[in-house]
Amino acid sequence: MNKWEDNKAWFLVLPVFIIVAFSAIIPLMTVVNYSIQDIFGPGERVFVGVEWFREVLSDSRLHEALLKQFLFSGLVLLIEIPLGIIIALMMPKKGWSASLSLVLIALPLLIPWNVIGTIWIVFTRPDIGLLGATINGMGIPFDHTSSPMQAWITLMLMEVWHWTPLVALLAYAGLRAIPEAYFQAAKIDGASSWAVFKYIQLPKMRGVLTIALLLRFMDSFLIYAEPFVLTGGGPGNSTTFLSIYLVKIAVGQFDLGPAAAFSLIYFLIILLLSWLFYQVLQNVGKGEA
Amino acid sequence: MKIKKRNFALVFYFILLMLPIYWMLNMSLRTNADILSTFSLYPKEITFANYMKIFTDPSWYSGYINSIIYVSINTVISLVTALPAAYAFSRYRFIGDSQMFFWLLTNRMAPAAVFLLPFFQLYSTFGLIDTHIAVALAHCLFNVPLAVWILEGFMSGIPKEIDETAYIDGYSFPGFFAMVFMPLIRSGVGVTAFFCFMFSWVELLLARTLTTTEAKPIAATMTRTVSATGLDWGLLAAAGILTIVPGALVIWFVRNHMAKGFAMGRV
Repeated sequence: MNKWEDNKAWFLVLPVFIIVAFSAIIPLMTVVNYSIQDIFGPGERVFVGVEWFREVLSDSRLHEALLKQFLFSGLVLLIEIPLGIIIALMMPKKGWSASLSLVLIALPLLIPWNVIGTIWIVFTRPDIGLLGATINGMGIPFDHTSSPMQAWITLMLMEVWHWTPLVALLAYAGLRAIPEAYFQAAKIDGASSWAVFKYIQLPKMRGVLTIALLLRFMDSFLIYAEPFVLTGGGPGNSTTFLSIYLVKIAVGQFDLGPAAAFSLIYFLIILLLSWLFYQVLQNVGKGEA
Repeated sequence: MKIKKRNFALVFYFILLMLPIYWMLNMSLRTNADILSTFSLYPKEITFANYMKIFTDPSWYSGYINSIIYVSINTVISLVTALPAAYAFSRYRFIGDSQMFFWLLTNRMAPAAVFLLPFFQLYSTFGLIDTHIAVALAHCLFNVPLAVWILEGFMSGIPKEIDETAYIDGYSFPGFFAMVFMPLIRSGVGVTAFFCFMFSWVELLLARTLTTTEAKPIAATMTRTVSATGLDWGLLAAAGILTIVPGALVIWFVRNHMAKGFAMGRV
């Protein structure tokens, strides 16, 4: 779309800028400060430069956590984005069934994250939980507290259960925003439903799918409460994702400097990857539209 | 036949989706001892004791009230500030527009753990600790960018010719925005309002850091069910069921805006 050129548009953006900058800038500067100093107590600080960064970057346990994080977020995106789109396409467009499915699909999103982990502890227990008992009943010994593979499967199940509705809701709202005229034109041309999806629905959903993908990437990369509650990072270190490891350093060992350096590196990784996703998605859209 | 198969798949998905929630409901209607001792598909002896405790104990129900207050403030601030900004991003080219747009989203990318301490310091400098407005403001950090991004996506789907026609017809900017533009993006506004509500509702770390008693959120109250005798699963499940209710109401109210979308807008 050709946009109007007018710097006065800044006035429309200003309230947003002020309200976000209020909470964003000072905490970020403070963390940068921590990351280059050794803090012994109030007023006792020594400038250490990039030492914390060097220490963190050479930490092999961090490399391990980072790899697991990539695998986890990659799987999340590969499963949740297509599944969310399929569900959105299947959901009824109007009537009571549309209302009902909208309300039902939103329910998992509304439970606080720590509670989700807690409920899934019971839900997956082989003795008193529905999922655990069912899998055990099928003759498969199930115990996610001892098998790393099963811990991963349980976490993925919980993650897909919890967050696919977000993708589906965004995609659904995006689909509803497509003018009816497009579908009428496609019908006249005798387009197949795959052609309608590929040439009308998918390009028109580009905006909402971009935000859905970025949101799922960022939030799954930062995931903390659910795995922390459900598996505690175990068995062993098999589900110790980046944020769980970060909290171990920050709270467990109370190393503010390295933890701050870790946070900034963590932040930069997400920033870089999100930016790449964003650029790719923007250009893909331009090619098709 | 094709439609039947599709409905079947959808119903199957919804059943799977509801299973953990059903299990929570099941747990909430049983006593803790019963939950831990026997596997039961449905509560054999229904008890409302867990719910009664939440409704009668002020330390429990005030958590809900606190959460509802700051989440509502946050949703209103997010929508009111994000609407004009999203319009600017979708319609105008201005100095630093794309940098600004992406910078907004970067505020969702920082791992919370180390940022909590500076957050606490910042808000105590302004004397805002333990107030609803503090949590509402802090949640703007991730909700305002989200609202701008979602709304911008919907606004960019509306052809610019509609704006031009409206201005030629003599609409002022506020008049055009309220009378012509808002109805066109109502599905976007609905979904944005829901997401702001949802993300603020489930956020725990910031909300817990910035509050002590007066504005303590329900999610923080729920962590207290861990006591010396272990976790009270029944009470926690009942509280979990009740945390779903306000958000379900929100989506019930915005559902028509989401379902109707563009087709109903008057062009």
